[in-house]
Amino acid sequence: MKRENVKKKGLSRQAKINLVGYSFILPNIIGVCAFTLFPMLFSLVISFTDWDYTRGIGNWNFIGLKNFVTIWSDEWFTSALTNTLIFVIGVVPTTVFLAMVLAVVIDKFCYAKLPVRMALFMPYVSNVVAVAIVWVMMYSPWGPFTRMVVALGVENPPQWLGDTTWALPAIMLMTVWSGIGYAVIIYTSAIQGLPKDVYEAADIDGAGEVAKFFRLTIPFLSPTTFFLVITTLISSFQVFAPIQIMTRGGPGTATNVLVYYIYTSAFTFYKMGYASAISWVLFLFLFIVTMIQWHGQKKWVSY
Amino acid sequence: MRNRKRRLSKGMLRLFWTVVLGLLAVTMITPFIWMLSASMKLPLDVMKLPIEWIPKYFYPDNYLKVWNIAGKGARDYHFGVAYANSLKIALINVTGAVITSTLAGYAFAKIKFTGRNILFLFYLATMMIPSQVTLIPKFVMFNKMGLMGTHLTLILPGIITITGTFLMRQYFMQIPDELRESARVDGANEYVIWARIMVPIAKPSMASLAIVVFLWNWNSYLEPLVFLSNWRMYTIPLALTNFIEESVTEYNLVMAAASSALLPAFAVFLLGQKFLVKGLVSGAVKG
Repeated sequence: MKRENVKKKGLSRQAKINLVGYSFILPNIIGVCAFTLFPMLFSLVISFTDWDYTRGIGNWNFIGLKNFVTIWSDEWFTSALTNTLIFVIGVVPTTVFLAMVLAVVIDKFCYAKLPVRMALFMPYVSNVVAVAIVWVMMYSPWGPFTRMVVALGVENPPQWLGDTTWALPAIMLMTVWSGIGYAVIIYTSAIQGLPKDVYEAADIDGAGEVAKFFRLTIPFLSPTTFFLVITTLISSFQVFAPIQIMTRGGPGTATNVLVYYIYTSAFTFYKMGYASAISWVLFLFLFIVTMIQWHGQKKWVSY
Repeated sequence: MRNRKRRLSKGMLRLFWTVVLGLLAVTMITPFIWMLSASMKLPLDVMKLPIEWIPKYFYPDNYLKVWNIAGKGARDYHFGVAYANSLKIALINVTGAVITSTLAGYAFAKIKFTGRNILFLFYLATMMIPSQVTLIPKFVMFNKMGLMGTHLTLILPGIITITGTFLMRQYFMQIPDELRESARVDGANEYVIWARIMVPIAKPSMASLAIVVFLWNWNSYLEPLVFLSNWRMYTIPLALTNFIEESVTEYNLVMAAASSALLPAFAVFLLGQKFLVKGLVSGAVKG
C-alpha cells in the first residue's frame, strides 16, 4: 500500500533527493558559473584576440597564439616574469623557514607565548594598503631604515624604494614581515600535535636541542612545511597591492610584476586580449604549483 | 646538585629566549607603533630626527581632521563614507558567504544527489583559477550590465566562496550520519535538519569562516580598484590611496587615516582570535 502511494506522487526517491540536493547548492552554483566559470572561458577566448577595449565589445580579431608569442619579446613582460620569480624565490623560503624556527623556539623556550605570537600575527590581519603606506614612510629618507644605515656609518644611504637595486628587496622584506605570522600560527598548531614520546626517547638518548630540531622536528613538520610552501608560493605569484601602492612597478621596471603588468595592460592601456594572455601565463605557473601539490603530497611528505 | 644546576640553566635559557623573542615581537610591531605615534604628531614633528617614538606634543586633532568632525577638517576626505561602505560590503558578504557555504557544504557532505562527486571535483578545479584571470571578463560583464561603479560588483561575486564551501563540507563530513538519520525518522526534511540541527552545531566553524571572509573583504584591494571609480562608493583601501594622493605632505594625517583603517580588523582579530586561528588552520587559505 505504502509503496504505491510513493509511486503515485510521481517522483522517484532519488529524484526527490536530487531536487533537495541541488536546491541546497543552487546559489553557489549560479555564483560559480557567473563569476568564475563563464569569466574563465571568456578570458580564454579573448586571450587569442587582439581586443582593445576602446573598440567595443565584439570588435576583435582572432590572432591565434600571437599574444602568447609576442609577450616573450616584450621587455615589460619579461621583466615582470623575472621580478615575480625573484620575488617568489626570495619570499617563500625565507618566510617558511623563519616561521618554522620561530614557532619551535616560541613553543619551547618562551614565557609569554601568546603575546609574542599575536605580535607576529598582527601584520597579517592588517589592511595591506595601510601597511604599505606605513612602509613607504619607513623607507623614506627620515624613516628608521635610513637612520639605521646612517648610524652604521654609510654615507650615502640608498633611496630604498627609489633605487633600482633596492626597491624589490624592500618590498620583499615587507612581504615576509606581513606573511610570517600566518605561517607561525599554522606551524604552532602542527607542533602541538607532535608525538611527545619520541622526544622523550630522544632526551633519554641524550640528544641536544639542535639535533632534535634537525632529526625530529623538521621531518615531523614536513607536511605542514609542504602546505605552507604551496600556499605562500601561490600568494607570492599574485603579489600586487604593495607594488601598486609603493612603487607602481618602478623605478623603471625594477618592481614590475606579473599581476601589476596585467593590471596596467588591461586597465591603463585597455589591451584586454594581451592582458588576458598574460593572466593565463600566470595561471600556468599556479597550475604547475598545484599539480606539484596534488602529486607530490605523498612522495614529498615522509618521515 | 647537578640536577639543580641544570634546571637553573634551563630557566636562564628560557629567560634568554623570552627576551630575544620579546625584542623580535617589538620589532615586528614597530611599524604600527611608528604609525600610531606619527598619527598623533604635529606635521613637522613627523620628520624630526632623531625619531620621537613618543610625541613631545600630542596632537589628536589629526583624527578629527581625517574624519572631518566638529568642523576640524580643512577639507572633507570622505573617510567616513568609505568606512561605512567597507563595513556595509563586508557585513553583507560575510552573511551571504556563510549562508551559501553552509548550505552547499552540507549538501556536498551529506545529501547523495546524482553527480555530487563530479560537481565537487569541478569545484576543486575552479579553486585553482586565480582571480586575475576572471578580473577582465568581470570588468566587461559589469560594464555591460550597467553595474560598474556600484557595490554590487563586489557583493555579487563576494557572497559566494568556493574555499568556504570546501571548509564547511570538511566540517560536515565528520558529523556522524546517525544524527541526520534519527531526525529523518522523526519526520524532519533536509531543510529542517539543516536549520535546526546542522547550523547550531556548525556555529564555531561558521564563526571561523565569517572572520576569514570579513578580513578578505576588509582588506580587498584589486577588485575595488578596478570596479569602483567614485568616492561615494570607495572602500577603505581606496580612500587611503586617494588620501595619499591628495595630501602627500601631511604624513600625520595619512598615519591617522591608516590607524583608523586598521582598527576594525584588529578588533575582529582580538575578539575572534580563537576562531580565526581555527579557520586558518583547517585550510581556509587566502582566496
